[in-house]
Amino acid sequence: MFSSSLGKKYLMALTGLVLIGFVFVHMAGNLQVLAGQAQINAYAHSLQSLPWFILWGSRLFLLASVVIHAWTAYSLIIENRKARPDKNEVEVTKRAGWTSLKMGLTGSILLAFIVFHLLHFTIRTIYPEYAEMTTTVGSTGDVEIHDAFSMILAGFKHDIISIFYVVAMFLLCRHLAHGFSSVFQSIGLRSEAWQGKLDLIASGYAWLIFAGFSIIPLSVLAQKHGLYEFYDPSFFASEASEKINTSNLLNNES
Amino acid sequence: MNLDPQIPDGPIADKWDNHRFSSKLVNPANKRKYRIIVVGSGLAGGAAAATLGELGYQVDCFCYQDTPRRAHSIAAQGGINAAKNYQNDGDSIHRLFYDTVKGGDFRSREANVYRLAQNSTNIIDQCVAQGVPFAREYGGLLANRSFGGAQVSRTFYARGQTGQQLLLGAYSALSRQIASGQVQMHTRHEMLDLVKVDGHAKGIITRNLVTGSTDAWTADAVLICTGGYGNVYYLSTNAAGCNVTATYRAHRRGAGFANPCFTQIHPTCIPVAGDHQSKLTLMSESLRNDGRVWVPLDGKNCDKNPNDIAEELRDYFLERKYPSFGNLAPRDISSRSAKEACDESRGVGPGGRGVYLDFADSISRLGESAIRERYGNLFQMYERITGENAYKRPMRIYPAIHYTMGGLWVDYNLQSSVPGCFVLGEANFSDHGANRLGASALMQGLSDGYFVIPYTVGNYLASTGAGTISPDGPEVKEVLESVKERTSQLLSISGKKSARSYHKELGQIMWEYAGMARNATGLQKAIGEIQDLRDHFQKNLLVPGTGDRLNVELERAGRVRDFIDFGELLCRDALERNESCGGHFREEYQTKEGEATRDDENFAHAAVWEYKGEGKTPVRHKEELQYENVKLAVRSYK
Amino acid sequence: MKLTLKIWRQTGPTENGSFESHVLDDVSEDSSFLEMLDQLNEQLLKQGNEPIAFDHDCREGICGTCSLTINGYAHGPENSTTTCQLHMRKFNDGETVTIEPFRAKAFPVVRDLIVDRSAFDRIIQSGGFISVRTGSAPDGNSIPISKVDADKAMDAAACIGCGACVASCKNASAMLFTSAKAAHLNLLPQGQAEKDARVLNMVSTMDDSGFGNCRNYGECSAACPKDISLDYIAKLNRDHAKAKIKEIFS
Ligand SMILES: Cc1cc2nc3c(=O)[nH]c(=O)nc-3n(C[C@H](O)[C@H](O)[C@H](O)COP(=O)(O)OP(=O)(O)OC[C@H]3O[C@@H](n4cnc5c(N)ncnc54)[C@H](O)[C@@H]3O)c2cc1C
Ligand code: HEM
Ligand code: SF4
Ligand code: FES
Repeated sequence: MFSSSLGKKYLMALTGLVLIGFVFVHMAGNLQVLAGQAQINAYAHSLQSLPWFILWGSRLFLLASVVIHAWTAYSLIIENRKARPDKNEVEVTKRAGWTSLKMGLTGSILLAFIVFHLLHFTIRTIYPEYAEMTTTVGSTGDVEIHDAFSMILAGFKHDIISIFYVVAMFLLCRHLAHGFSSVFQSIGLRSEAWQGKLDLIASGYAWLIFAGFSIIPLSVLAQKHGLYEFYDPSFFASEASEKINTSNLLNNES
Repeated sequence: MNLDPQIPDGPIADKWDNHRFSSKLVNPANKRKYRIIVVGSGLAGGAAAATLGELGYQVDCFCYQDTPRRAHSIAAQGGINAAKNYQNDGDSIHRLFYDTVKGGDFRSREANVYRLAQNSTNIIDQCVAQGVPFAREYGGLLANRSFGGAQVSRTFYARGQTGQQLLLGAYSALSRQIASGQVQMHTRHEMLDLVKVDGHAKGIITRNLVTGSTDAWTADAVLICTGGYGNVYYLSTNAAGCNVTATYRAHRRGAGFANPCFTQIHPTCIPVAGDHQSKLTLMSESLRNDGRVWVPLDGKNCDKNPNDIAEELRDYFLERKYPSFGNLAPRDISSRSAKEACDESRGVGPGGRGVYLDFADSISRLGESAIRERYGNLFQMYERITGENAYKRPMRIYPAIHYTMGGLWVDYNLQSSVPGCFVLGEANFSDHGANRLGASALMQGLSDGYFVIPYTVGNYLASTGAGTISPDGPEVKEVLESVKERTSQLLSISGKKSARSYHKELGQIMWEYAGMARNATGLQKAIGEIQDLRDHFQKNLLVPGTGDRLNVELERAGRVRDFIDFGELLCRDALERNESCGGHFREEYQTKEGEATRDDENFAHAAVWEYKGEGKTPVRHKEELQYENVKLAVRSYK
Repeated sequence: MKLTLKIWRQTGPTENGSFESHVLDDVSEDSSFLEMLDQLNEQLLKQGNEPIAFDHDCREGICGTCSLTINGYAHGPENSTTTCQLHMRKFNDGETVTIEPFRAKAFPVVRDLIVDRSAFDRIIQSGGFISVRTGSAPDGNSIPISKVDADKAMDAAACIGCGACVASCKNASAMLFTSAKAAHLNLLPQGQAEKDARVLNMVSTMDDSGFGNCRNYGECSAACPKDISLDYIAKLNRDHAKAKIKEIFS
């Protein structure tokens, strides 16, 4: 079924579809950060306390999707290089744009991002202290649970990391703008009659995902730099004093 | 030269049936012992190779293109006739037969034409079953259109790409046989000679156009299906590669060439734009349904913008001369009238060789959108080629060589005067007489290939028995050597002029003296000029490169060389045929009103030329044509 | 007009090729692109050089023989146009025009600008037909076919097999050609009996011929002189999936 060139396309499309669905759910979950510490912590905790087979089942399923998706993508790319060994002297296109031509690039950066993201927030090897953050806020009883809220805020207070997240989400947006519509072509459900509409939907979806994911790091950064208050200011206490220092510094200079 | 037409006995409607019954059959188990060479993969060759392969013969099929599906049959636009009478408008096999004989100006062989009409209905069935997407009515049944020379609607079509679709059908059948190993396809191979052993055709010599190797192929029969020779005029609606080489080489080996002077001119082509011109493009004749043909009354106005020329200063010459048919006068008549207007220095466009085809009246009557609906793609093609917008400014058109009715002489079995050498499609002469009706060439190619040759070649093979000769035999070697010698001779001239420039010059001579209108003085002059051209060619040709690899100039030089010899034959034939009929108009033979006058008393025959050797005058033979089922009549379109 | 032509020359499939530049004067605006090359070849011949080999035949946009990648575009920059129908008035005086062969591993160069496209024939041989013996067909009107289906089949059948889709595809995929050829027959009632086998066989031959994988760029359809729609690729994907599933469960 999946050995032919078309078979590989089906794999790309099916795994892509899984990931499309996943990112939406994931985004919707994450947005609960905006609702405050209790909300997001409770949500995170409820996920953690799912029966082990569901939790690990879905993790493995997602992991497998990513692996198959990426593996197939690379094998397609390698085969395609072989099929077109000589480049044209003049390389131009009539219809295809950056978005569709650079799926491999955007995908590869996404892969790197996914690895980083897992190490950052899920496995927490980058900042092992994130694992120790616990609280009772959001917990049903008085049990200490993991403080996802604090971790997210702490995570995104690093400018570079936040910017990396936003850039990655922009690439995800581009990846999806082509991918969402492309899935339907690959499994044979697209027609030129509604391709225009589908492309619009895809583009809308892609920007939605971008906005939904980016707002979290951006909001944290915004508050850190004193632009707008999204969260309980007490979580930004240390930054606030730094802020004063830096503004003093600036004032002194001027 | 044996010119017995082998027409079967019996009433015309029963001849083919009787003949099929009395033909010998090859035992199915024995078929694979026979090898058949098919040269050409157009409608005729493709259909024949596919069908013979399917029957179990071992077939070798050759074409000069890189794939069989590019044969020039692909360019046919209009449609294919068949006596299906789906429109219930009174069509019948007999009517199609009659129309074709009359359209051919009574110079074709009745029995062949009748069989063609009979087979026409099977062709449509066959093609539909293969998946040819013919146009359909809303009810899902096959649609028809009407075409020149007929009062019934019997033309089947697939948009403006009928030839393409029919060819793809034949090609798909051929592909199936190639896949099953029954047919060996040899693309980019050009036939350069015919091999005869004991008087029978037993093989061919080809040049592999990629590697340059010259090889002999032997078989029990050879089928030549290489299309027409319109390119002898250099500019025609034919493809660049169309050539007379295969048929002319067979002619040199003893096959009679019939009626070479019967050539057809199509009135609605895009005129020559300049010296760079390499081919002419046909525009569907249907344009004449809504366009009005005119030139300025006064030659001084030719350079003016046509829209600025007042109505009373225009000459709608077809409407003036043929009030009842007007702009829809037949191909030959419209073409000649356009030439006359241009000869009077009233032609328009570059070189003064063009007349206007004006849609202004139709546009104001029906609206631009209606015209766009009908001819949008043609207007677009016209604009692409000329850069002019025909909605705003009248089109310019001029006649061009389009089809050749003449070809190798064949009998009822499609066998040439060389036994074992069969000729199919446009390459033979049999069915269209002096003029071909629109939409009947496709029909003939497919009839010959699918439905005639499987019977007649079987009969021949059953009578001669299997016994393919070795490609290393002495007769084969001799021909092979002569072909190699000819190639090296072309390469060794080392003059200064390209083959293309000779081709152009030949074309000019042919078009001037043997084009739309001919006369004895001109033709004699043409023969002299062609002979001079040949001498010049032999001394001054330049073919760069070598023969052992792909060499386009070498290919062209060989073809042009044959066109030169053949052009002379064509002029000779035109000179000897002292009458005007169909596509052959001799200025000496016309009425006071300028209508063609046929001479049935002296010329109701096919002229068949026998090759007598290099530099020798060929000999003209006759096959008298008997008309038992149609009455000879004068065509009138006034 | 005057043009500088930068043209790919390659003596044979195994030799290395390179670009050669020529200046051509007095090009008529009305000449077609191929007529311009004819003119260049006459010039080369006069200078004692071998002319440039390129493929062409009908010169009216229907046989699919002409090819050429012109300034990076298969069949040149105009839409819905074959090289033989491209006219010089679309270029500017003094322009440099780059002319390359159709590049793909499955289309090896034969000489200069001529490539071998026989892989297309092999795809057809593996299933692009309806098996019907000559003379065994029922009456043409025995199966009515809706005009809509007949028109769609005709749209697909309009493909001229030129290979511009492959040449314009960065992945040298032959999906547009293969899908058009398969769809033409798969859309018709006559083609149903062999539909599944046709699709499976044609796709596997396509894969074996060294063409790349489709990545839904749409460049093929944009370059196609006959405007073959991407819908046929979707249809091939669909028909192939169905055929595969049937194959697995049978
Ligand atoms: C523009 C145009 C429009 C037309 N429209 C119509 C129409 O609407 N209706 C209609 O009925 N007719 C039409 N005709 C006429 C009709 O298309 C042709 O007469 C017919 O298709 C010829 O078919 P064929 O098989 O005999 O030859 P072709 O299709 O010309 O095939 C010739 C074959 O022979 C091969 N060949 C040639 N020379 C050699 C050689 N030396 N060695 C090896 N192989 C060789 C070629 O490769 C090719 O495969 C039209 C013709 C033209 C030019
Ligand atoms: C893991 C890293 C990833 C890599 C290397 C990658 C790579 C690719 C590539 C190269 C394609 C193009 C396939 C083609 O054009 O033919 C593609 C398609 C696609 N990708 Fe990804 N991708 C990755 C992650 C993702 C993620 C995270 C998502 C979803 C959120 C996603 C969704 C899609 C979709 C929907 C398609 C379209 C499938 C189709 O064309 O049928 N990908 N991916
Ligand atoms: S699909 Fe278009 S570009 Fe591809 S071969 Fe057919 S006609 Fe040429
Ligand atoms: S030469 Fe035939 S399509 Fe261009």
